[in-house]
Amino acid sequence: MEPVRTPAPPEKPRAVAPSTAPQPPTPSPGGHTGAVEGTATWALSDRIGLAICWALGLLFCAIAVAIVVYLLVQGIKFLRPEMLWTPAAAGFSESETGGFSDALFGTLIVAVMGISLALPAGVAVAVWLVEYGRPAPLARITEMTIEAIAGIPSIVLALFGTVIFSSTALGFLSRTSEGVVFGRSFFAASAMLSLVALPLIVASVREGLNSIPRHVREASYAVGKTKAATTRRILLPTCRPQVATGAMLGLGRIIGDTAIIVVLLGATQNFAPVEGVGFPFNYLRGAGTTLTNFVYEASPTGNLNQPQKAYAAAFVLLLMVLALNAAVDVVHRRARKVGTWSH
Amino acid sequence: MEEQYPTEYGPKWSDQRVERMLGALVLTVVGLLLALIVTVFVRAWPSFSHNGLAWFGAGGNVDDQLNAIFLSGQNGLEYVYTFHAWPLIWSTLLITGGAVLISLFSALFVAVFIVEFAPDWMSNVLQPVIRFLASVPSVIYGLIGVVVLVPFIGNHLVTEPQKASVAGIISLTGYSLVAAVLVLTVMIAPLMVSIFSDGLRAVKPGWLEGSLALGINRWRTTWKIGVRSARPAIIAGTVLAVARAIGEAVMLAMISGSVGFAPNPADGLIFIYEPSRPLAPTIVKNIDQLSSPPANATLFAIAAVLLFSAATFSLTGYMARRAMRKYGAA
Repeated sequence: MEPVRTPAPPEKPRAVAPSTAPQPPTPSPGGHTGAVEGTATWALSDRIGLAICWALGLLFCAIAVAIVVYLLVQGIKFLRPEMLWTPAAAGFSESETGGFSDALFGTLIVAVMGISLALPAGVAVAVWLVEYGRPAPLARITEMTIEAIAGIPSIVLALFGTVIFSSTALGFLSRTSEGVVFGRSFFAASAMLSLVALPLIVASVREGLNSIPRHVREASYAVGKTKAATTRRILLPTCRPQVATGAMLGLGRIIGDTAIIVVLLGATQNFAPVEGVGFPFNYLRGAGTTLTNFVYEASPTGNLNQPQKAYAAAFVLLLMVLALNAAVDVVHRRARKVGTWSH
Repeated sequence: MEEQYPTEYGPKWSDQRVERMLGALVLTVVGLLLALIVTVFVRAWPSFSHNGLAWFGAGGNVDDQLNAIFLSGQNGLEYVYTFHAWPLIWSTLLITGGAVLISLFSALFVAVFIVEFAPDWMSNVLQPVIRFLASVPSVIYGLIGVVVLVPFIGNHLVTEPQKASVAGIISLTGYSLVAAVLVLTVMIAPLMVSIFSDGLRAVKPGWLEGSLALGINRWRTTWKIGVRSARPAIIAGTVLAVARAIGEAVMLAMISGSVGFAPNPADGLIFIYEPSRPLAPTIVKNIDQLSSPPANATLFAIAAVLLFSAATFSLTGYMARRAMRKYGAA
């Protein structure tokens, strides 16, 4: 490659990557501190390239701001507090059709059930992969399985769910009438949604476990702790931030998923509890709805076609996503402040 | 020693036992994936075996075929399986391909910007923005597409002569390829940006310093050394984004137009305004037909195609990232 032909301008060196010794208190992600090289000596094509970078960066910011502002404006315009505790009803105009309380509760139920299935399973798989991982071929297969699950479209997971949950053996998880298993319930949807969250949790916890140096484990073994005790008492508490991050990323995916809800929770806008079953199982075995499903049905292309309610519900959903994002940020920042094992 | 450890770490929680329990769980997860693959393909088999390779071909109106398949299962007639999915496959190829090309270009520039060129305040803004865009539920993208982008395209971009020219065949209302491609681009580009920038950050500083020491400016150093060494990350990110795009169902069901129609690029630029429907939204739109056995098989056949392609892409991404790890990156 030809060097640049200008008679060596006094380029200031690029201050480099985070690995070099003394760090400023808050290292910037790019790692450049202090002065950077000016662009005055660059060829025109290089400067155009940099301009494209700026333009695209600003475009992404503009898109994000536009989404938030648009939904904020529409949300404030159309969201009435009573929508949050009024269930959906049949009616001819948007003023008669109630709110979306069932959808809101549905989202919460699905989130809690999904994550309480996915979190223990994800942590366990990650622990096995990092701490045990024998026999090696099984570890490879497991890694590939997790990757494959991450890549499976959620609509395919949903179809698979219709097969397993309509089997008679699992009839106790949904509505059954005359021997035919309905197969659509909060249990079914949450179980499949936990598979959506699983790979994110596994990846995050693995990253955390991998960042703990060997000597920490060896110190624990040296005082006579078993591997299981080390994991439980030392390793998992240390990578609590990563567990939390994985859980919140997984939660975000669970509350944002629509395909599985549409297929496995039933095409209804209200809770449909199963009769003759005690609380809370009557609700959990019945069909229901979530905010994503409500937005999908209430959008102009959906069956309800109530755009105002769709805005309101989408606004609530977006607030949840924003809150989760903020929580991830807080965890990251706190983890960085506390420090890791790398020093 | 003994009293220091609660009984929970006694023989009940011995290492062998814990290892066996965790191993059993891992095997369950692996088994679940295998069960999923087998189930989907077994359920799909009638549709594939009746159509053979013509399943992937063109011929007839896809929507009519789906309807006939559904009705044959409802009415107790002899099951009909004839199905030629080409319009759906073609729509998937066009939308996925378009979105991936645009987002590959823009994500590469944005990743380079974040890692190398953005001032601190800018990259501190951009990173949360990218994370946010990646976490917005697809149904919200769909809603915004339906109420903002689609009417805009329908009212301002498509001209009356264009609408008239295809009047008998299809109506141009704004539900179009271009709307689907643009929204899908915004959805998958953040995924690419985050993987690309991980790759760029992992490039050995010494390599970049070597180039800088030769007097190459930062821009060219980044592209010739940084981006080239991060190629595995770029492949991995692209491939994962393709997998995500193929599987996107709900957003595309809302704005792709939901017509089993194959837009033809040979018609000129008007094809980007034409509606279509990819594979995944077809399942969502016809989900209430699952009770009809032949329709069930057909939908599972579509799911099998999605599963196969998405799994292939994400495993390719996995391999690329393994290669990355071997060179010390990621």
